[in-house]
Amino acid sequence: MSITVQIPTALRRHTDGVGSITCTASNLVELFSVLDQKFPALKPHLRDEQGQVRRFLNIYVNEEDIRFIGGQGYAFQEGDEVLLVPSIAGGRR
Amino acid sequence: MSHYELRCRECGRAWGNQPRSICDDCFSPLEVVYDYDELRSRGSFSRETIARRAPNMWRYSELLPLPQGFNPRLPVGFTPLFQAPHLAERLSGSTATAGNLYIKNDAVCLPTLSFKDRVVAVALANAREFGFETVSCSSTGNLANAVAAHAAREGLKAWIFIPSDLEPAKILGTNVFGAKVVRIAGNYDQVNRLCSQIADEHRWGFVNVNLRPYYAEGSKTFGFEIAEQLGWRLPDNVVCPMAGGSLITKIKKAFDELVKLGLVEAKEVKFFGAQATGCSPISTAVKTGSSEIEPQKPNTIARSLAIGNPADGHYAIRTIKNSGGWSEDVSDPEVVDSIRLLAETEGIFTETAGGVTVGTAGKLYRQDRILPEETTVLCITGNGLKTTDVLAGVYQTERPIAPRLSEFETYLQRTLDVDEVPEVVEEAERVGA
Repeated sequence: MSITVQIPTALRRHTDGVGSITCTASNLVELFSVLDQKFPALKPHLRDEQGQVRRFLNIYVNEEDIRFIGGQGYAFQEGDEVLLVPSIAGGRR
Repeated sequence: MSHYELRCRECGRAWGNQPRSICDDCFSPLEVVYDYDELRSRGSFSRETIARRAPNMWRYSELLPLPQGFNPRLPVGFTPLFQAPHLAERLSGSTATAGNLYIKNDAVCLPTLSFKDRVVAVALANAREFGFETVSCSSTGNLANAVAAHAAREGLKAWIFIPSDLEPAKILGTNVFGAKVVRIAGNYDQVNRLCSQIADEHRWGFVNVNLRPYYAEGSKTFGFEIAEQLGWRLPDNVVCPMAGGSLITKIKKAFDELVKLGLVEAKEVKFFGAQATGCSPISTAVKTGSSEIEPQKPNTIARSLAIGNPADGHYAIRTIKNSGGWSEDVSDPEVVDSIRLLAETEGIFTETAGGVTVGTAGKLYRQDRILPEETTVLCITGNGLKTTDVLAGVYQTERPIAPRLSEFETYLQRTLDVDEVPEVVEEAERVGA
């Protein structure tokens, strides 16, 4: 499935300034693998040492918190927009 | 050099002072920390010096993150703390509680009648320092009112983002200050997520996003005042409403700081959190023994507490558990009953959040988690005039009677026939008989 991922300002220093990517992934685990490959520096900021999504990172699919639609089990649909948002966000521009 | 700065709550990295709420390294929230040794060596923060200061929240300015030269323009805070003997008896079923239950009443906080005036006052002091011309927030209502009013006073532009189903009084109470109100077709959590994204794109001072660490410190003044108004001592229990979960953690921080600086004796205070059952992610976690928040879709009349994914939920759970406290939640009908109970017993008209707190306190007494002989403070954080819609239909509008004494006597007789005979009449009859 082709999906778009929006990356917040706070994380863009780990993505060479890239704020949005389009990639292919069928679920969250696959998406993380794609991001790990593309942006190795990003990995520790998304998951903790145990591989769990960081407590203060929220993931939304088409504006809905992924935890309400199945979490890691959610199967991405063609054209889904994924947002990574810190739970208390706010960078400085 | 400032005597305070931002530090990551998890990894401890220092971030100086800037409009930022998360640590880039670990994504965790930042918090303001103080140089307590320097405060001690200054010697200006004592019971005596505080007593000589004006009765408002700025009397504790050493423990607030205020830029040098900041000159407060509003006497925010220092709201009344008083005993609630009639409510105490009703909640606990015991007369032993009478002198031990206190209300801390921010329903009369200046300028917008909720505790949010405290946090916004501190946030905007910093917004100006950081050079923001526009301030903003996502809000369930009270914060909207406070940001709009304080921005008007400070000459800042205000953009306010609210869920579209907010109480009309809270929307009007934002419009009136000249703020731009943006209604979002979604719940608070969706509004908050949108604001996180907007804060990423626009250089605005979002009080509860990029100014959040400073904003949150304002809540401590609620705790400082409780301690001072109890005669510089700490209570046994605090019952606090929870939305984002910040207030309860900051009252705890306030008490800890007063102990650290020697203004009160150390004491194990139990913290009790109150939520509406229709939005109870924090109380659910406490009751199920979890340390993590499972987000909920809010469905409650207590809209000011309707945050399904509370930003400080994790820390609120920790504060409650570590203190030996507990958390409970109450249904919407219990919220309405509790608003009425507080009004009828103590003459305080609180909003739905206050109903949640009073209803929860009743449960905690009945569960023996709070004992009648313990000093307990209920945090009343908002004013009932903002949420009158929840009382619609509770009281009948009576048919008017003619302005004639005979009409009134007929009316009185009819009323007495229906209602129970008042005590004064019983007494008069006994004496007259």
